[in-house]
Amino acid sequence: MKDILQIADKKFSSRLFTGTGKFSSNQLMSEAILASESELVTVALKRIDLEQKSDDMIKALQQPTISLLPNTSGVRNAKEAIFAAELAREALQTHWLKLEVHPDPKYLLPDPIETLKAAEELVKKGFVVMPYIHADPVLCKRLEEVGVACVMPLGAPIGTNKGLRTHDFLEIIIEQSTVPVVVDAGIGSPSHAAYAMELGADAVLVNTAIAVSNNPVEMAKAFKLGVEAGRMAYQAKLAKVTTHAEASSPLTRFLN
Amino acid sequence: MRKEKLYKRSGLEKSFEAVFNTYQWDEVLDSIYTKTAIDVERAINNAHRDLEDFKALISPAAQDYLEVMAAASKAITKERFGNTMQMYVPMYLSNECQNICTYCGFSLTNKIPRRTLTDEEILKEIYFLKKKGYDHILLVTGEANQKVGVEYLKNAIRLAKKHFSNVSIEVQPLLQNEYELLIEEGLYAVLVYQETYHRETYKQHHPKGKKSNFNYRLETSDRLGQANIHKIGLGALFGLEDWRCDAFFTALHLKYLQQTYWKTTYSISFPRLRPFSGGVDPKVEMTDKHLAQTIFAFRMLDKEVELSLSTRENEVFRNNIVNLGVTSISAESKTNPGGYTVEKQSLEQFEISDERSTETIVKMLKNNGLEPVWKDWEKFK
Repeated sequence: MKDILQIADKKFSSRLFTGTGKFSSNQLMSEAILASESELVTVALKRIDLEQKSDDMIKALQQPTISLLPNTSGVRNAKEAIFAAELAREALQTHWLKLEVHPDPKYLLPDPIETLKAAEELVKKGFVVMPYIHADPVLCKRLEEVGVACVMPLGAPIGTNKGLRTHDFLEIIIEQSTVPVVVDAGIGSPSHAAYAMELGADAVLVNTAIAVSNNPVEMAKAFKLGVEAGRMAYQAKLAKVTTHAEASSPLTRFLN
Repeated sequence: MRKEKLYKRSGLEKSFEAVFNTYQWDEVLDSIYTKTAIDVERAINNAHRDLEDFKALISPAAQDYLEVMAAASKAITKERFGNTMQMYVPMYLSNECQNICTYCGFSLTNKIPRRTLTDEEILKEIYFLKKKGYDHILLVTGEANQKVGVEYLKNAIRLAKKHFSNVSIEVQPLLQNEYELLIEEGLYAVLVYQETYHRETYKQHHPKGKKSNFNYRLETSDRLGQANIHKIGLGALFGLEDWRCDAFFTALHLKYLQQTYWKTTYSISFPRLRPFSGGVDPKVEMTDKHLAQTIFAFRMLDKEVELSLSTRENEVFRNNIVNLGVTSISAESKTNPGGYTVEKQSLEQFEISDERSTETIVKMLKNNGLEPVWKDWEKFK
């Protein structure tokens, strides 16, 4: 049976989502994304020329396998996020949205209060909302209640490549969530991605680690394989980790 | 000092002047010049660099470590900004000025024809720059409140924002409510350089006009922070005073502002006085090596701050520094009002060194493995 991820009305064969920032050219970005076999690619609305009919970045992403996921990077509160969402829907003809509200330009950490407010409003307006948030299990449940399509908790501050620093909280989120969990931000290597998948994440989103590697195309392939390996291991159920060898029933042998 | 709340140094909240007054120029100078190779190495290896590390990195002792610093600066920049370069272009609106600044071509007593662009002329310049591909524009004026006051600026922003996603200004310091008015109109950033943080030298170079008030200028970024501006650009005119000390105070200013106005983003520019350019000679010359050292030091102090380099710098320097810490550059700039299309021959504010066309700069960036970014902003309201 094929392992399919469903978010809202879309089905994905690939559990690796990617981004478009930081590449040294649009050409390279497009090659790397194709090599990753990613089917959902996030793009910052602020980077797109909304007036120009054929924005260079968008042109480079026009592939039958790729769906665009506009994000609201640059907004500082719920009101701006809602405005940006409507602009994105208009410009890119999609009601899918990666909701990012980070008033702090230094670490780009998401504002939970404004994100929840905006998510509630945007779901009512018919958007498929994918919120970028801290690895906060309670916030995830609150977002679920207002109807988001998935949750996107961070593994570490965005762009840092530090891996799953929020590991303990991601485990709780994965255990509790009734919507798909996409680990976003901080994933710096294929082993991090594999680990997130082994924990039971439904997908991961990777950008910086691919874009700024010395060979983005090869790195994209490596991430694809990492995600697949992690997913396969999760489904095959990992053996338990023990600190000692287990003898075969030494305490209860007498009962046999 | 990393954990220290700078605004609490004086007991007064939200005033850079109060923080600034707790420092003595000569003590800072002495502290920078007595840094040793050990201090520099500690700064290079420190994962969380503070202002003491910054002093070491701009000190004479760090000059033997330029190669290591360049590598560090390059790596940090790549992590945060990737392989991209933000493009912007300045557009001078007026050379009217009521100030005397000893180093400036627009200074009040200079006998030059004065000009302030009309709406029609502004649009002509806008169309020209838009065709070149620019989408982030910097509007520049002198200080003449009658001719280029808040109303004039408001109108200019209104004209520019129809064509550019991102509009910034470099004009006279304004009041908080005036900034709020311009932000409402669509203003993104304000660049305001202290020129020098040395009070006496400042006075000497700004003897007349509103600009002669050191404190009023010093507190401009507080007014901007309180007005909730998106970005504040800082800088000093390196060479007016000891550039190392001015670089330190610029860094102090940056750290104070980041702690106090956390929703605002910041940029640093590096204008410098050059010898033999016909104007004032620098008191302490900042050479190419020094400038590179300062850029590396700022990047090593702060991962996120935007570092901007204008066309004042020459081709060779710009070709090489674009990969080593700088994150935004201009090209083909004219520093006279109407310089692109309206009155090409008028006197420029300062001499441009890199005169290459935008197309040539784009090619240079691509050869360096960098993607020029034209648009990185959208007004979400």
